Amino acid sequence: MSVIYLLLALSIIVALVFFGVFIYSVKRGQYDDVHTPAVRMLFEDELVKEENQKQSIKTKD
Amino acid sequence: MQDNCFHCGNSCDQDAIVFDEKAFCCRGCKTVYELFSSNDLGCYYDLQDAPGAIPEEVAGKFDYLDNQKIVEKLVEFDDGDIQVVNLYVPHMHCSSCIWILENLHKLQADIRTAQVNFPKKTVRITYKSSALSLKEVVQLLSRIGYEPYISLDDFDKGKKEVDRSLIYKLAIAGFAFGNVMFLSFPEYFEVEEYWLEEYKHLFRWLMFSFSLPVVFYSGTDYFISAYKGLKAKILNIDVPIALGILVLFLRSTIEILFDWGTGFFDSLTGLVFFLLVGKFFQQKTYSFLSFERDYKSYFPIAVTRIDKQNKTEENIQVYDIEVGDRLLIRNSELLPVDAILINGEAQIDYSFVTGERDPVRKVSGDKLFAGGKQLDGAIEVEALKSVEQSYLTQLWSNDVFSQNKDASFVNLTNKISKYFTSVLLVISLVATAFWMYHDSSMALNVFTAVLIIACPCALALSTPFSLGNMLRIFGRAKFYLKNAHVIEKLNDLDTIIFDKTGTLTTNKKVAITYEGLELTEEEASLLKNTLRASNHPLSRSLYTFLASQSISTLDSFEEITGKGMLARQAENSIQVGSASFVGSPQVESQLQTTVHVKTNQEYKGKYTFNNQYRSGVQTIFNALSRSHKLVVLSGDNAGEKEQLAKMLPKNTQMLFDQKPDDKLNFVKALQDKGEKVMMIGDGLNDAGALAQSEVGVAISENVNVFSPACDAILDAEQMHKLPSFLLAARKTVNTIKYSFVLSFLYNVIGLYFAVTGQLKPVIAAILMPLSSISVLIFVTLLTNYTSRKLKLFKN
Repeated sequence: MSVIYLLLALSIIVALVFFGVFIYSVKRGQYDDVHTPAVRMLFEDELVKEENQKQSIKTKD
Repeated sequence: MQDNCFHCGNSCDQDAIVFDEKAFCCRGCKTVYELFSSNDLGCYYDLQDAPGAIPEEVAGKFDYLDNQKIVEKLVEFDDGDIQVVNLYVPHMHCSSCIWILENLHKLQADIRTAQVNFPKKTVRITYKSSALSLKEVVQLLSRIGYEPYISLDDFDKGKKEVDRSLIYKLAIAGFAFGNVMFLSFPEYFEVEEYWLEEYKHLFRWLMFSFSLPVVFYSGTDYFISAYKGLKAKILNIDVPIALGILVLFLRSTIEILFDWGTGFFDSLTGLVFFLLVGKFFQQKTYSFLSFERDYKSYFPIAVTRIDKQNKTEENIQVYDIEVGDRLLIRNSELLPVDAILINGEAQIDYSFVTGERDPVRKVSGDKLFAGGKQLDGAIEVEALKSVEQSYLTQLWSNDVFSQNKDASFVNLTNKISKYFTSVLLVISLVATAFWMYHDSSMALNVFTAVLIIACPCALALSTPFSLGNMLRIFGRAKFYLKNAHVIEKLNDLDTIIFDKTGTLTTNKKVAITYEGLELTEEEASLLKNTLRASNHPLSRSLYTFLASQSISTLDSFEEITGKGMLARQAENSIQVGSASFVGSPQVESQLQTTVHVKTNQEYKGKYTFNNQYRSGVQTIFNALSRSHKLVVLSGDNAGEKEQLAKMLPKNTQMLFDQKPDDKLNFVKALQDKGEKVMMIGDGLNDAGALAQSEVGVAISENVNVFSPACDAILDAEQMHKLPSFLLAARKTVNTIKYSFVLSFLYNVIGLYFAVTGQLKPVIAAILMPLSSISVLIFVTLLTNYTSRKLKLFKN
């Protein structure tokens, strides 16, 4: 027996795991809307900026 | 100081409300701003300038949400404590909208989460139903200018299952293709090496197992389609493809079984993968548009019924309306059934139905039709028919709406594949017969090789890619097609039918002309100020049309409903209104909308309201009349016939006073004569004709607003490009024809190897992707070039 069987089995299992994860995420509807998450991930930064601005205005007063 | 409202961006005029050093056009906008800034949601205005909408609150509009039965139908999930509802919000248009809607919980603590789906313009809200009712959620949204649109369409839809099977099939084919490529690579070079000899059987059986799901799951559509085609005695493109897949699989399996060779598993999985990629590319959908709408998308879900005996009001579902029910229709509500007006002043706007902009005034006892929108206060009506029986909704019982238009359409690929498949079979049989005679051991080899190599992969790919690419180009130019087949249909038209109102004319601008004696400055000022006091739509239009005058107070003002106005200022008096009211010397024409003016007991003249034709209508007609027969079908009277005749080419047929059924039957009659018809319309009254025609195009001022069921939606601003779109469709079909020639060349090269018995797996593995990819690049470049040359993106 050679180590190649083990390696082949391992590589296919790893590939199948990723494949399964992809199918699962499609099934859960993660790819139904690809636009909104792209916008949403930028919001947190805006919020922080807003708070900073507010603080600076307050210190002026 | 800015001139535009900080909240909604509309111009503020003189009466801007200044608050917090910012200008607002109205109290509503200011209130929303206050609400946001006091809840630390001011960030709303940072993401986008003036993202808001003026909140329109109509008291009692959402009272029907008190009815638990209706709420049950609307919510997606309800466990008694938590409810989930998915609402369609038409105003959603920028990142600020996403942000504010997803931060709803900061405005109302009982809202748990809100998640936006921007392409679909929906927001899914999870809230504590024990503390907050659906009505309150909807009212909160309306208050901040994001009024959800709830129509009869939402009523009987369950949770829609999304069909994602194509993605699964594509994923499996891609996964298998990649792995099979790795496994088959060592044997491409045929090195007589010890380790390779040792493991090649394992590699081959692994490839076999990878190809199993590809053939029996990913490829099933092709087998089914080929079977259906053969059953209907049509040799469609899927016949040679299914044959190719089957032969590839069987020959490869036999080869590895008897250790004759490595098989063609790489080509097999690659073929299915490329074909599915083409299918996927063609499936571009515009999720914010719907091409399947019927009257249900326009109609309200509930209506207020007045109990005649007890004088009480209750909200009932529209489907529960019975003949004889007394209904209350509020300001800006839609009439769901044909009815008789009992009480109140009706100003009915039939623009949903006919595209006609001017509202019609009705008095008690008049018949009102379903689909009309009440504009002026509340009215009481008595139902004459139920929802399905009403004048407009009856149209949908016609068979056209249940037919599938695409089913009867034979596309270019399938037309060609008939010949292709026959030629292919002849070649394979001739070659087999030749080898039988020459060297019978090679016969089966050659027979299968021909079927494998001639499998029309490139041929089958060129159509989806050129059509898919054009579909996207059209979409960017604001011509949204339902599917890729529409492009092929656009190329093959005989007659183009236009609706008049709302299609050739705009709903926005009105051309007003004045005939009569010139008004003095004093009189002009008096007229403007009189109009200012009136709320009648004609007065509003005329008011904006006239030159601005200083605002002064009238000494007396009286408006006589349905007739006109009397006003007095200092020693000047004025009468504005209908011809009979003013006492016009002329006989009033029934065909035109006019407003007459009389000052100090002297008749001055009249303002005529003409429909404003879209810019470029004449050019469109001139360009199209060269290649197509043109017809104008109008639901209106023949009042503008002469004006229209002047603009249109001489041979244009014009028909007026066409009812929705008439339009449908007109299209049908043309089709019976064998003509291919394109219908261009906008209102619900065109819906039948749009469905019946080969290509139904809905013209839309605002693509986010509803348009009737159709094959394509064209932004009204882009209407002048119609001839270019048709030309682009023609060029696309030509592109496909060129690419067929190209893919035939590849097939000839491949066939040379096949019939001479020299087809090695490595040749197939090179030739198949090479031909597919080069055809793909060819059609993409050519369609892009076409769109640039025709200037589809320029305004």
